[in-house]
Amino acid sequence: MKELKIPLIKSGTVIDHIAAGNAVKVLRILGIPKTHSSTVSVAMNVRSRLGKKDIVKVENREIDPYEVDKIALIAPKATINIIRNYEVSEKHKVELPDEIVGITHCSNPTCVSNYNEPVESRFIVLSKDPPRIKCYYCEREPEDIAERII
Amino acid sequence: MNFRGRDIISIKDFSKEEINYILNYSKKMVSYAKGEGHIEKLKGKVLSSLFFEPSTRTRLSFESAMNRLGGRVIGFADPTATSQKKGESLSDTIRMADAYSDAIVIRHPQEGAARLAAEFADIPILNAGDGAGRHPTQCLLDLFTIITEKKKIEKQKVILLGDLKYGRTVHSLAYALSLYGAELIFVSPETLKMPKEVVNECKELGTEPHSTSNLEKAIKDADVLYATRIQKERFPDAEEYNRVVGTYKIDNHLLKNANDKLIVMHPLPRVTEIDPEVDRTHHALYFKQAFNGVPVRMALLSLVTGEKI
Repeated sequence: MKELKIPLIKSGTVIDHIAAGNAVKVLRILGIPKTHSSTVSVAMNVRSRLGKKDIVKVENREIDPYEVDKIALIAPKATINIIRNYEVSEKHKVELPDEIVGITHCSNPTCVSNYNEPVESRFIVLSKDPPRIKCYYCEREPEDIAERII
Repeated sequence: MNFRGRDIISIKDFSKEEINYILNYSKKMVSYAKGEGHIEKLKGKVLSSLFFEPSTRTRLSFESAMNRLGGRVIGFADPTATSQKKGESLSDTIRMADAYSDAIVIRHPQEGAARLAAEFADIPILNAGDGAGRHPTQCLLDLFTIITEKKKIEKQKVILLGDLKYGRTVHSLAYALSLYGAELIFVSPETLKMPKEVVNECKELGTEPHSTSNLEKAIKDADVLYATRIQKERFPDAEEYNRVVGTYKIDNHLLKNANDKLIVMHPLPRVTEIDPEVDRTHHALYFKQAFNGVPVRMALLSLVTGEKI
């Protein structure tokens, strides 16, 4: 019998197919646990048909799929499963929105968005998979998106 | 075509048709820019000129342009005499200028500063250079100079020379020249090569730029040699600067191998990259190029304030 690394949940959200090693960054983007009091389980380096992956399970909370889309920045192949009464009730693949606001810093140290101005970082999405973004202000493409998540 | 209220932040915000329109409209301004005619189209209008970084040509030509159109200019060329010194944010400074004037021209050391300014102002923002970022009015006057001298930009062989890494004018220009189908040759020291993203943009527009460090060879069949200064102020350390400064020098000896119709352009200021002996040759176009800043900026001020002649 296949061993379950983390238990099934009765209701909530399962984020599957996160590239191995990125689950903690996904949590950070989603503001978990800061904005959620639900139980959260994380499985890292889980073996699957397509190699190793990470999985995040958030109990008793259905995460808004549009809110979750921003994780496509570091996990473009992730899927979101809404669980109701132990069954997958809704499933969708994450997709980057056309614009990303306030999630990652601009890597350009002389970009105006990194100074004391009342604006959030803002990026235009150039390509969804692989994720490529361009700073709205200085027009530079950040070098390492994952490292600059706010 | 209506430009009223439009910000001039990046050349990439404009289509080729819009750029053509601005260049054609600039031609109408040449005689007024020379003081040969008199217009008062912008009488009663005020331009805020906010220069957080040093400038000679851009600031003076903007001021000249506004005055030639009958408008007036307020502002500063030295930010240490403003509330920025007390820690005021750029956004607050912009809100003030927005309340006092009809258009704002801004030069700032931080990249994206003009784009940010546009978020806080209702009146048009004209970007006069943001750090190592964009300088769209320089790009427009460069295009205006090439088209005036060569009658077309398409298929012209253009060498962009010098600091291609930090030079903001060459980034905008490489993009715009690609839009027009010019042939591009990038000549620079190895450490100051054109950034990959600029090269990719050129390719996306259908131009395949050729890179070399051999200027003597490249100059033989070029139509335009666009030289830039190695900008000491953009270098993170002095050692890197000292290694590359003086790598290229344009003098009469070099120009002996050039196409007779080659024009030499430079956004100025120059330091050592063009020998003054070149000034007296028919190749030298950089002072005329600097003058062209006035008609082009007159055209832009006239268009964005909606007071066309």
